[in-house]
Amino acid sequence: MSAPPLSPPSPPVLTIRFWGTRGSLPSPLSAAAVRQKVRTVLKKADGRCFADSAAMEDFLDRELDFAATSTYGGNSACVQIDSGGDELVFCDLGSGARELGQKILADRGPRNVYNVFLSHVHWDHIMGFPFFTPAYIPGNVIRIHGGHDVEAVVRKAFLRQQSAPCFPVDFDKLGARIEFVQLQPGPRYNIAGLEVQLLQQQHSGDSYGYRFSRGGRSVVYSTDSEHKYDKLDESYPFIDFFRDADLVIFDAMYSLADAVSVKEDWGHSSNIIAVELCQLARARHLCLFHHEPVFDDAMLDKILAETIRFEAISRDAADLAEPLRVSAAYDGLEIRL
Amino acid sequence: MEIREKVCGAVTVLCPSGRIDAAHSEAFQTRLAAAVGRAAALVVVDMAGVAYISSVGLRALMMAAKQTKVSGGKLAVAALQPVVKEIFEISRFNFVVKSFATPREAIVWMSPADAAAWDAAQHL
Repeated sequence: MSAPPLSPPSPPVLTIRFWGTRGSLPSPLSAAAVRQKVRTVLKKADGRCFADSAAMEDFLDRELDFAATSTYGGNSACVQIDSGGDELVFCDLGSGARELGQKILADRGPRNVYNVFLSHVHWDHIMGFPFFTPAYIPGNVIRIHGGHDVEAVVRKAFLRQQSAPCFPVDFDKLGARIEFVQLQPGPRYNIAGLEVQLLQQQHSGDSYGYRFSRGGRSVVYSTDSEHKYDKLDESYPFIDFFRDADLVIFDAMYSLADAVSVKEDWGHSSNIIAVELCQLARARHLCLFHHEPVFDDAMLDKILAETIRFEAISRDAADLAEPLRVSAAYDGLEIRL
Repeated sequence: MEIREKVCGAVTVLCPSGRIDAAHSEAFQTRLAAAVGRAAALVVVDMAGVAYISSVGLRALMMAAKQTKVSGGKLAVAALQPVVKEIFEISRFNFVVKSFATPREAIVWMSPADAAAWDAAQHL
């Protein structure tokens, strides 16, 4: 089953681009997995000829699952929030940041101001930075925002990652001007033309979720966040944080059963919790994120289909009028708000 | 939420009805915690009357399952309605909480000698 079509308004106020969507560890597609996809497509085509490229694309879209023709991808977390402004904005510096850096250099040239919002400094969320080419170019400004203490946590993590014997170029040798900015949960900041709020999340060493708003549109980036509650109601702070959001990017790494048993206190959440929180908050679109690295594309297709089904079941049970759109993030996905 | 309780020998059968969701889960959590709180408790949750279960209800089941594991007891659910069965599958609770088609089958699994007590209770 493919993700439902994402029909953007025109023109978009915010464009969300996913450069890395995998949790914990980059997970490249193997040769065997690609070959299996080719087999599936050939079998489905069953020798038929296509009149033109459009007919071929139509066949791929209509007759095959997303997993058969595509991949959710393997880069770790990196999500761009494009409001069309001069300064660039993105969340986390996972391995997806490498491709993002190359794309920006190609499209906008070498000198830019970058605003990064870090969920936390676990390795999968910063590992792309040593390969983020703009960091090596003098004249660039890279502001790394986060809720953690700058000196004790953030700068220390970046220095440690980018120093001998782990990496040949020391962090201090980077050409760009790199600034670390600590933000506090609560206030509404205005950064790069966006209103930004953050919320502390439950994760080893803490993590922070972000809500970005502009022109009546809003997107929440909430990854590496475990949700534990005995009662779920309006008093739970995430309800207000997600309220009426146009898009919620949500850590749905585990099944609910795993998240409350063998993987309790591992700092992640599930598709079930994602739907319940988004429905309570009346969010419009849930995007499953931080995919478990051991899940292949077929499994992620299955989880998406199940989540869409659970959304319908729980909407019916709660007598909600408006459906919550559910999709699953993949490297290369673009959502316009 | 109404929760009836039947005792069949060593086995306690809880029979909740309605929806175990955020608004109605407190009574379910309390009753379930009490039932599994005894040493080596044997507890069947007869879900025939449950139309929906949310994460809060599922979490209560998981905590009860952990408790019975520690105390040497057993927990099972039985007679899931189709929608609840789907929720168990989507949440993968079908892998961590034993599920049976009927309460009697659950009793046979945890305490075969008490199946007769269940049978007798059905004729009352």
